[in-house]
Amino acid sequence: MQRCGYVHLWLLGSVLLICLISGVTRVNGDVALTHQESRLNPSKSNLNQTEHGHGSVITGIPIVTFKWHHVETPYLVALWILVAGLGKLVIEANHHVTSVIPESALLICFGFILGGIIWGADKVQTFKLTPTVFFFYLLPQIILDAGYSMPNKLFFSNMGAILIYAVIGTCWNAASLGLSLWGCHKGGAMGDLDLGLLQYLLFGSLMAAVDPVAVIAVFEQVHVNEVLFIMVFGESLLNDGVTVVLFNVFDAFVSLGGDKIDAVEIIKGIISFFVVAFGGSLVGFVFGLLISLLTRCTKNIQIIEPGFVFVLGYLAYLTAEMLSLSAILSIVFCGMCCQKYINSNMDERSVTTVRYVMKVLANGSETIIFVFLGISAIDKEIWVWNTGFILLTLLFVLVYRFIGVFFLTWILNKFRLVPVELIDQVIMSYGGLRGAVAYGLAVMLDENKIKEKNLMVSTTLIVVYFTVILQGITMKPLVNWLKVKRAAVGELTLIEKVQDKVFDHMLVAIEDISGQIGHNYMRDKWNNFEEKWMTCILMKPSARKNRDYVFKVFHKLNLKDAMRYVTEGERRGSLEFVRNETAFIDFKKKFDDDFSEVMPDIMADTSDDYSDTSDMRRDPVPSVSLEMHEQTMNGMRPLEDVNSHHLLQQHLYKGRKQHRHRYSRSHFDVNKDENEVQEIFQRTMRTRLESFKSGKMGVAPLKHITKHLKKDQQQKMPNGKSLDKSKTYHSGDEDFEFSEGDSASGFEASASSFPMRVTYRAGAGIENPAFMPDLDPMAQVQIPPWLAEAEVDSSMVAPSQRAQLRLPWTPSNLRRLAPLRISAHSTDSFMLADAPAAQQRDNDQLPPPPPPPAPPHGDHM
Amino acid sequence: MGSSNSSVNNIPNAQELMQETGFSAAHILRLHERFEFLDKHKCGQLRLVDRPTNQPQDFGAVQELALNPIGDSIISAFFSPGQETVDFASFVRILAHFRPTDRNQSRDGAQQEPANSSIRKLKFAFQMYDQDRDGKISRAELLQVLRAMLGIQVTEEQLQSIAERAIQEADLDRDDAISFDEFRKSLEKVDIDHKMSIRFLR
Repeated sequence: MQRCGYVHLWLLGSVLLICLISGVTRVNGDVALTHQESRLNPSKSNLNQTEHGHGSVITGIPIVTFKWHHVETPYLVALWILVAGLGKLVIEANHHVTSVIPESALLICFGFILGGIIWGADKVQTFKLTPTVFFFYLLPQIILDAGYSMPNKLFFSNMGAILIYAVIGTCWNAASLGLSLWGCHKGGAMGDLDLGLLQYLLFGSLMAAVDPVAVIAVFEQVHVNEVLFIMVFGESLLNDGVTVVLFNVFDAFVSLGGDKIDAVEIIKGIISFFVVAFGGSLVGFVFGLLISLLTRCTKNIQIIEPGFVFVLGYLAYLTAEMLSLSAILSIVFCGMCCQKYINSNMDERSVTTVRYVMKVLANGSETIIFVFLGISAIDKEIWVWNTGFILLTLLFVLVYRFIGVFFLTWILNKFRLVPVELIDQVIMSYGGLRGAVAYGLAVMLDENKIKEKNLMVSTTLIVVYFTVILQGITMKPLVNWLKVKRAAVGELTLIEKVQDKVFDHMLVAIEDISGQIGHNYMRDKWNNFEEKWMTCILMKPSARKNRDYVFKVFHKLNLKDAMRYVTEGERRGSLEFVRNETAFIDFKKKFDDDFSEVMPDIMADTSDDYSDTSDMRRDPVPSVSLEMHEQTMNGMRPLEDVNSHHLLQQHLYKGRKQHRHRYSRSHFDVNKDENEVQEIFQRTMRTRLESFKSGKMGVAPLKHITKHLKKDQQQKMPNGKSLDKSKTYHSGDEDFEFSEGDSASGFEASASSFPMRVTYRAGAGIENPAFMPDLDPMAQVQIPPWLAEAEVDSSMVAPSQRAQLRLPWTPSNLRRLAPLRISAHSTDSFMLADAPAAQQRDNDQLPPPPPPPAPPHGDHM
Repeated sequence: MGSSNSSVNNIPNAQELMQETGFSAAHILRLHERFEFLDKHKCGQLRLVDRPTNQPQDFGAVQELALNPIGDSIISAFFSPGQETVDFASFVRILAHFRPTDRNQSRDGAQQEPANSSIRKLKFAFQMYDQDRDGKISRAELLQVLRAMLGIQVTEEQLQSIAERAIQEADLDRDDAISFDEFRKSLEKVDIDHKMSIRFLR
């Protein structure tokens, strides 16, 4: 594996070199890579010229031409991405190395090697990281990803500490480093340098920031406790913003010149600092709201809705940049604001897409950044060695970081509920890694204003290497050695989440009782506000319903169970467990094992009722005639009209294979007829439901049933939507809801005597198929709606069954039934499935229904 | 400092309370003010219900509690079983559960666990559920808490399955209830100290 990777790598390297030699000439520096082209050796130029010459003098029609220049820039960009990716692949291939040396350090080393190769070929460093590329194309997605996946609650509950570290800590770092270096310079420690106090402060400000890219890369691999992590992580994110602002202010000071700076300018600088920081955050906030609003109404363009998140996020970054506000802060807050709303507004698949694409982009650019940090080192031009300056910088960076963190924590601990422990402080200080942001800023320095730019760049690089490689490598042993409290990794459990919520409420209550306004109180107030206004505006009504945290966790757990269950079934080679009888037994055994804990009482019953349901299953494809037969046998005359109508509609829908394309840009399931999907789904689900139902038969008490009915009705009727949130059922989602509401209201309008029953029917069938398997088997199983239906049926409307059954055929309903699409199918097929059982139940408990009229075979078959 | 000490001395048993709960004099003083504010009848006791009217009493003055889904459980946690009043000392003792855990155990080991130790904190949390104080969280008890917290968004059936699942997760001895030990195990990974402490203002 490894060897294979290396082979790839060398292959690629040589491909790259061939490309270089055969004609790399100009790369537009501002797109991706700078190409310092001035000193290519003549042979290559000749080569180019001959190529050009060949191209310009046309002697005949060329069949193929080699047009390197035509594709040069994008080609190189793509190639570099590929190289970086492959480098990562090789590095990640051997785990015992990455477990010792962090990936970021290895990537930098990989960059060294690549840089060496290029330099060996060209004798000049052709590629390096430019600030434009870094700040416009590589950084935003990393920061957006960080913001988007930020644990908001944790962040805000440590907000105070994070802000203090990020703002005051960074200013302290900048000032102390600048001043100390200046002092040493005055003391003569670094010889003859053309640098003044302002330049030193500028340098200090660019070195001040802890780099999020490096920090995330290193801390991801050592699982420190979450408070420590959020402190380091939050600090590194925010202080980037702060550094950029500081840098800009000092840059302006430097351009202004030392003698023109007076108190007014300094005050202006301080004001601009705050304006830039808060303005940036505000821009991000606004864009976050925009994204949330937009995703509210992207239902019809689901395929591109993930795109909005990225585009608007990037726009937030650019807008802030345009207004000369802090772009980093902007995109951080944008991601943090919108995460909650977009996650519940968008389709589950879109959310997954966003999440993955975000990671792909962030991880990819992180890789590229580190590789290029390595490559940038192999360049004779930037290396200006000044032992005093470099070593002192290294020393001061480290020492002042420690001093700053310890001092600030000492202050913070006076106010913190749970003080930051000494060990955590050490890790925080030691985790002060500098990275690409510092380098990007250093490269941005203006050579005309700062004569020693190259010294600064090389010093920055050395500090970056030192912190990322050395501190990165030693971080893990240090964490182990100091026995830093680690993050508890464990499975998500429901009880924990429930308890979390209880804790929250409890703390608020205690603060209320003891009569103080603490941060729990504030959080509660904010939550209430958010509940009342923000979610109302920013969230889809349908999403709002299922947004409860505990419920979401529950849903997630259930999904996981279902997935595991299917995998297990497939592993045993019997996914057809539903239709195949022998497999079904297997399935049931498995099911027993898995779920007996969850629903012991049902399973106890299932085995008894197995014989009842088996005849259903024996028939591999539940056929129309069998169904009909069963029904007639059971004397289901009243229900029959409706049933058979829909049965026919379900099984005899027209032109299944017509009007279908093999490809669609805007839909995933091009080849799946909605009806077909529906049918398959129903067939399998029905048998499963059967087993559930028969298991629960006669167990559910009447009391529950009526309750359920009422609840269901009240939940469903006002908005005409089912609770169905599960996306298994995605095909024609909206048609669904629409027609359901439609038909329901239609029924109700015309049948005021038994609205409950009819509306129920309209809703239940739809809700169940999707709801049952994944979301929540228990709830539905315990009081299955069809039982409820049967109950109502038998108890209240025995005499009027006929009238009732006539109902859908009344003229007003006929009209509604005509366009009944999927919704009708699902509803009634489920009713069909339920009918025998319901009937059995009736037979068990109640006097038999009035004798059935003649079986209507002829009518409908 | 002298003045505050003198007022602390007006509070009965203040010194012992400070000793026992670890609250500072300033804390005790502030809490006492709060206590007196809540204590409408100035009888040195907070009552659970007002006898004649059966209205929630004293704690009813805290309006936010009415909005808190588990406010009632919290209030009843202040009253030991069977009692309908709580005096200042008990009031403080209950609140002491929510002090952050002391890092440096200055207390001598002979004494019982201080109220702010994580085990006592957990016990308190456990009591939130265990309304009948039988040492077990039954399904009905859990369901009650869930119902209060999840509110109307979730149907009764969903609530039941959530409760079911939560119990399954924690229930080790399969008695369909969560004992304190099981409760503690299920929350092993949670940093109780973080989750169950507030900062008492001075």
